[in-house]
Amino acid sequence: MVRLPYTTALTTLFSYGLLFAFGQLRDFFRKLIDWFRVKDVKGYAPICLGLEDFYVRRLYLRIQDCFGRPIASAPDSWFDVVERYSNDSNKTLQRTSNTSRCLNLGSYNYLGFAAADEYCTPLVIESLKKYSPSTCSVRVDGGTTKLHTELEELVARFVGKPSAVLFGMGYVTNSAIIPCLVGKGGLIISDSLNHNSIVNGARGSGATVRVFQHNSPAHLEEVLREQIAGGQPRTHRPWKKIIVIVEGIYSMEGELCKLPEVIAVCKKYKAYTYLDEAHSIGAVGQSGRGVCELLGVDPADVDIMMGTFTKSFGSCGGYIAASKEIIQHLKLSCPAHLYATSMSPPAVQQVISAIKVILGEDGSNRGAQKIARIRENSNFFRSELKKMGFEVLGDNDSPVMPIMLYNPAKIPAFSRECLRQKVAVVTVAFPATPLLLARARICISASHTREDLIKALDVISQVGDLVGIKYFPAEPPKIAEADHDKLE
Amino acid sequence: MEVILPIANATAAAIARVSAAFNAPHARAVVFGIHIDGHLVVEGLLIAAILFQLSRKSYKPPKKPLTEKEIDELCDEWKPEPLCPPIKEGARIDTPTLECAAGPHTTIDGKEVVNFASANYLGLIGNEKIIDSCVGSVEKYGVGSCGPRGFYGTIDVHLDCEAKIAKFLGTQDSILYSYGISTIFSVIPAFCKKGDIIVADEGVHWAVQNGLQLSRSTVVYFKHNDMASLASTLEKLTHGNKRTEKIRRYIVVEAIYQNSGQVAPLDEIIRLKEKYRFRVILEESHSFGVLGKSGRGLAEHYGVPIEKIDIVTAGMGNALATDGGFCTGSVRVVDHQRLSSSGYVFSASLPPYLATAAISAVNHLEENPAVLSNLRSNIALLHKELSDIPGLEIASDILSPIIFLKLKKPTSSAVADLELLEVIAEKVLKEDSVFIAATKRSNLDKCRLPVGIRLFVSAGHTESDISRVSTSLKMVASSVL
Repeated sequence: MVRLPYTTALTTLFSYGLLFAFGQLRDFFRKLIDWFRVKDVKGYAPICLGLEDFYVRRLYLRIQDCFGRPIASAPDSWFDVVERYSNDSNKTLQRTSNTSRCLNLGSYNYLGFAAADEYCTPLVIESLKKYSPSTCSVRVDGGTTKLHTELEELVARFVGKPSAVLFGMGYVTNSAIIPCLVGKGGLIISDSLNHNSIVNGARGSGATVRVFQHNSPAHLEEVLREQIAGGQPRTHRPWKKIIVIVEGIYSMEGELCKLPEVIAVCKKYKAYTYLDEAHSIGAVGQSGRGVCELLGVDPADVDIMMGTFTKSFGSCGGYIAASKEIIQHLKLSCPAHLYATSMSPPAVQQVISAIKVILGEDGSNRGAQKIARIRENSNFFRSELKKMGFEVLGDNDSPVMPIMLYNPAKIPAFSRECLRQKVAVVTVAFPATPLLLARARICISASHTREDLIKALDVISQVGDLVGIKYFPAEPPKIAEADHDKLE
Repeated sequence: MEVILPIANATAAAIARVSAAFNAPHARAVVFGIHIDGHLVVEGLLIAAILFQLSRKSYKPPKKPLTEKEIDELCDEWKPEPLCPPIKEGARIDTPTLECAAGPHTTIDGKEVVNFASANYLGLIGNEKIIDSCVGSVEKYGVGSCGPRGFYGTIDVHLDCEAKIAKFLGTQDSILYSYGISTIFSVIPAFCKKGDIIVADEGVHWAVQNGLQLSRSTVVYFKHNDMASLASTLEKLTHGNKRTEKIRRYIVVEAIYQNSGQVAPLDEIIRLKEKYRFRVILEESHSFGVLGKSGRGLAEHYGVPIEKIDIVTAGMGNALATDGGFCTGSVRVVDHQRLSSSGYVFSASLPPYLATAAISAVNHLEENPAVLSNLRSNIALLHKELSDIPGLEIASDILSPIIFLKLKKPTSSAVADLELLEVIAEKVLKEDSVFIAATKRSNLDKCRLPVGIRLFVSAGHTESDISRVSTSLKMVASSVL
């Protein structure tokens, strides 16, 4: 939970107020200057009216160089960040051909499959030569290859469900599946911090959407009781079905979902559960099987499990795993299955090889090593950051750790200074997070070595002192036992 | 007369007595220097009565919230529907599985078949140069890009691909999306918000419909590819309505409609757009790389300068034989999407090897314009051969690489039509090893155009392939229909 001290809140609000005032002043002068210039598009309403893009024009453009940094190599633990310069105070950025080698703390590379892998890459290249980069066809027409059926069976086995179906993009998986499952007359109850794809899918389905407080099974129970007793809005007819949507790891908080309690509440009130494991599949759990394994929940208790292959498996695409009937129904009616180009075959092969490595079926124990290493790395990094006095969110074992920054000026300061010292971090501000709660988000990978992490901790500590984000008192360094004895 | 007089006398006497009472000296009191007449007392009593009534609460039946026990009972007796409806008997769930690349000839179940079900218009599947560039890309960048565009997911090949496409089409800038159908349903909500007006063709495919629904604007459909209907709709919307000048207005059309194979008459649309001041969003998934002298799409085909079209989107999963999509237009249009398009901001970026494939495909198209003439001659040949199939007729345009065959005598329901067409497709595959596909509709799709069989013509097909498919279709159609 974020504990925002009053002084910090006041200073952050003051900073935003100042930026807003300056932005309005600039807008005023821009309007004056534009009065004299001839408009060349007559009769068409502008794409953005007035204040709609105020945030983008006046606040975001100032720190645009902290976002969208291009890279020139694979997003492995060390990568080449392309240097950019700007001639018009950050309105446009030009690429140079210089790159700087930086430590990567921002990419979703949890198990280290991002770069060329000794087992996966030869198989991917083989499948490229055999199946070509794309099938140019939808799954139901001519886009299903043997690789797709093999992966669907493998995913179902890995996750622990009877059957699974694949899609070419994680975002589309959520937005196109939810309308198939629930329509008008149904109710969707989703966590308040759910991802944009779930929000879009819920909106597109036509069902009523209610939100419950983030990660609070008590509030979920309250909302369920109120809704079942009240029925549909205005007509008070009983709901056709209720689906509760939660995520495994919330990517902006780094928190794990309280899955056992949520499942218990849903079972009691006969609601269906939908678990989005985009960040947690492959990254947590004893053998990488996700939050269900970590929290001891039987996969049969969750009705629908969704996940993506982008984060832990170094590929692209998404899947849905559920019972045979639900998957058959989806294959017949889901628009993403019927109208979208099927997943690219080399990407499918990458996931197949990655899952085989994780399960140990490639003949080595690299998978188990990777999973143990990411757990060690995350716990080590998190505890060290907390000891230094940073405000770090998230639970233990989660590879995502946000460090709170709060103040809008600290966002570019932290990001640019870290880049200067060859550490690439991701900073997130409004609108992905609430206005006052800007943060830097670190994603740990299994390919980070202990030396990489220690270097990162050094740099972050230095920059943290410079920027002033150590909001909690640091723990004093422990005196070694040997020195203690020497003193005696 | 005798009755009225005593009554009149009695009334007059009563009035005299009452007025005397009121005018009696004691009735006039002086309180604090104010004369109080008798009628003031009555008025005072009336006011007191009114105030008393107003101060009383009106009767509302008491609201009794549900007790915990009652809520428990309601929760116990509520029964939800099953999560998915039961599957109908005989529904086709499994589709033919390919065992090698989806080129003009592919292998299904160990047999070699002629493939008319992949939208591989330029025959680029299996092209050696493209595959080599992809192999180099996989070795350098890995497979996935592991992040959204804003957070270190932008790889230099993405920027190169965007620049290449913009240069090829002659526009100012372009933006890459990581999946074909997510392009259009992210672009439309980025530009159209609540209160805007959108005029769309009724035959647009599901992704466009989803985008229109997510945008929450007012959507008006016009008859499929009917310019008169479009003109009258635009006239109706803007006639005499002063307010429409201040709100954003868009026309959404596809260059080649997936659901019917028709080609949109762009010159007419541009003329109408300039007359009524609408912006045009053109979906060019199936015409990019196909129409136009050098494959630059519908604008080149009609000789319309590309600047007149405000927003052009296309999926790259067809002619370019890769995956993903792009959107192109002026700098303002493209920059706006980099922060407000949800499919761009909240999703991981395109895998780098697919961007490399796109660059190689565009290079190939620029260097070998002969593929376009191959494609066109194949389309013309197939069109000629299929013009006399018993029971089916060609519904698509003569230039379209999607040949859409619909039933001459449709049955009453789309489901029964589809069943018939699937039977034809299966027989064609089993007996003659020709792989074609019938259009399948999702129950969420709002399009009401007739279903049919779609043949995707490729530049890689030979004349013998084309004669094979036409003879086999003729035989099977005459036996089934």
